[in-house]
Amino acid sequence: MSGLPPYATTGQRIWYYAFRVICGLIFFFLIAPIVVVMPLSFNAQDFFTFTPEMLRLDPEGYSLKHYRDFFETSDWQAAMWNSLKIAPMATFLSVSFGTLAAIGLSSEHVPFRRAIMAILISPMIVPLIISAAGMYFFYSRIGLQGTYLGVVLAHAVLGIPFVIITVTATLVGFDRSLTRASANMGANPVTTFFRVQMPLIMPGVISGALFAFITSFDEVVVVLFVGSAGQKTLPWQMFIGLREQISPTILAVATMLVAISICLLTVVELLRRRSERLRGLSPG
Amino acid sequence: MADGNTSDAFVAFERVQKSYDGETLVVKDLNLALPKGEFLTMLGPSGSGKTTCLMMLAGFETATHGEILLDGKPINNIPPHKRGIGMVFQNYALFPHMTVAENLAFPLEVRKIGKSDREAKVKRALDMVQMGDFGGRRPAQLSGGQQQRIALARALVFEPELVLMDEPLGALDKQLREHMQFEITNLAHSLGITTVYVTHDQTEALTMSDRVAVFDDGRIQQLAPPDQLYESPQNSFVAQFIGENNTLSGIVTAVDGELCNVTLDDGETIVAKAVNIAGVGERTQVSIRPERVEYNKERMAEGVHTLHAEVLEFIYMGDIFRTRLRVAGKEDFIIKTRNAPDQVRLRRGDKIEIGWLPTDCHALDA
Repeated sequence: MSGLPPYATTGQRIWYYAFRVICGLIFFFLIAPIVVVMPLSFNAQDFFTFTPEMLRLDPEGYSLKHYRDFFETSDWQAAMWNSLKIAPMATFLSVSFGTLAAIGLSSEHVPFRRAIMAILISPMIVPLIISAAGMYFFYSRIGLQGTYLGVVLAHAVLGIPFVIITVTATLVGFDRSLTRASANMGANPVTTFFRVQMPLIMPGVISGALFAFITSFDEVVVVLFVGSAGQKTLPWQMFIGLREQISPTILAVATMLVAISICLLTVVELLRRRSERLRGLSPG
Repeated sequence: MADGNTSDAFVAFERVQKSYDGETLVVKDLNLALPKGEFLTMLGPSGSGKTTCLMMLAGFETATHGEILLDGKPINNIPPHKRGIGMVFQNYALFPHMTVAENLAFPLEVRKIGKSDREAKVKRALDMVQMGDFGGRRPAQLSGGQQQRIALARALVFEPELVLMDEPLGALDKQLREHMQFEITNLAHSLGITTVYVTHDQTEALTMSDRVAVFDDGRIQQLAPPDQLYESPQNSFVAQFIGENNTLSGIVTAVDGELCNVTLDDGETIVAKAVNIAGVGERTQVSIRPERVEYNKERMAEGVHTLHAEVLEFIYMGDIFRTRLRVAGKEDFIIKTRNAPDQVRLRRGDKIEIGWLPTDCHALDA
């Protein structure tokens, strides 16, 4: 069972196990902070630490009060609805524009395509605080600051790079003779796009959409600048919660967000596999 | 060279030029006319402009100059999806996310043909290529030959009058390719469709076509039925490109009507058909087909001029013998002889006399 060949030297054996230990540590480093939060969110006390009751696994030490708190506090509820109103809309815009941009930039006769690509990707690279400050001043001037549309647009801009990157990756394997074949058979460009191109780049679009959604759903810096109290999102509310009233409700929210993320990832992965299969790339 | 009579042609290219970069012409002054129902092959090495011509006809490239006519109407300003031309692509271009039946139904759907009508047509097209049981499969589940048939059926299902094929058999193995050559020509002729077929395989061109247009350097070098192309090439390129060919170079010393005298580089003089020579005193390439060369004295025609030759290699190929000779100082002179009971089998080092009819020997451009 061991992956070591019989002729491995002592050095190779040591490295073989050391490598696994290092990988384990990295994994632990990534996961531990998230995992620790989950049991704490069921704390019966208003503390951020494990109580002796919890450590004894006494049912008395656990409760759902922080979850109840989340669903009963109007601030949290408003924040959740705001997030749910902003993220899907921003995702929709990111996916629409990002996909179109990726398709356009993948055709060879577009001038300066590398430069355009770099500009479109830049929100991902430029420090968020700089984008946020820039958007704040720009949106204030054109009256978008503090509006729902402003936040949606700002989040769409942040999501577009993810869509462009994932869609461009699927377009690399896209056979251009398929669109030609479609045109040849009498389909106009719009029909060709929806019937031929779109189904085939769907896996990339879905992955991009997921990233764009998560970006908007998790984002706190830009919304602090561009939004006003009316657009207070979940991450914003959590941020306030941490700063002003240290309440384990944050942990409950965090746990729910992690659960939602896992569900989303699973659903999207299933969707992506399905469309990959439809694409005829992997055996069906 | 191409006949300029385009008035009653179904497809016509009139002085078409194409340049991708605005400087070099990929297609130079193309004139070509196809009558309805013809199977025309564009044959040429890669980069000769043949695929570009096909793409201009399909509408994926636009001509820089000149006019392309379909059924008498110029189509330069008609987008590809409104031309109604069927096409088989080199890599088949089947839609991987659709089943075979959905692939075939696609051109009918975009034409808004009703469901029952559509199904009937799809079924008929699948039966035509003997793939009737494969409608529910996806392209990835088919072999190369099967995909090829589906691509063919898809190009024909909406009953276009003109079908373009871009090296459709390139990816198939030899046996399947020969079989498909036969099927494609049969289908094309029985349906009466006009076909423009692009290939770089000269055997394919010869066996399938009514006429072949040999492309090189952006021009049609010769446009003729296969037998004429093979037996009377108009220039050295065509002679070299189509089939196997022997060339001897020399200088034209006299012209006498259809025939001319050519003094070869080693001093011998032979008689050849004057096809494409610049005049007396100019250099020429003489072309002779390997199977038209005779070394058996008894089979040679009366008064045939002969040359000395030495056997360098004798290859037994079953149906024929292939012999490499040294002739007039050249060491790549090939002759092919049929494996007949009375045929002499040569050996390396044999000194023989070879001869041919002057009409089988073409003096072409140097």
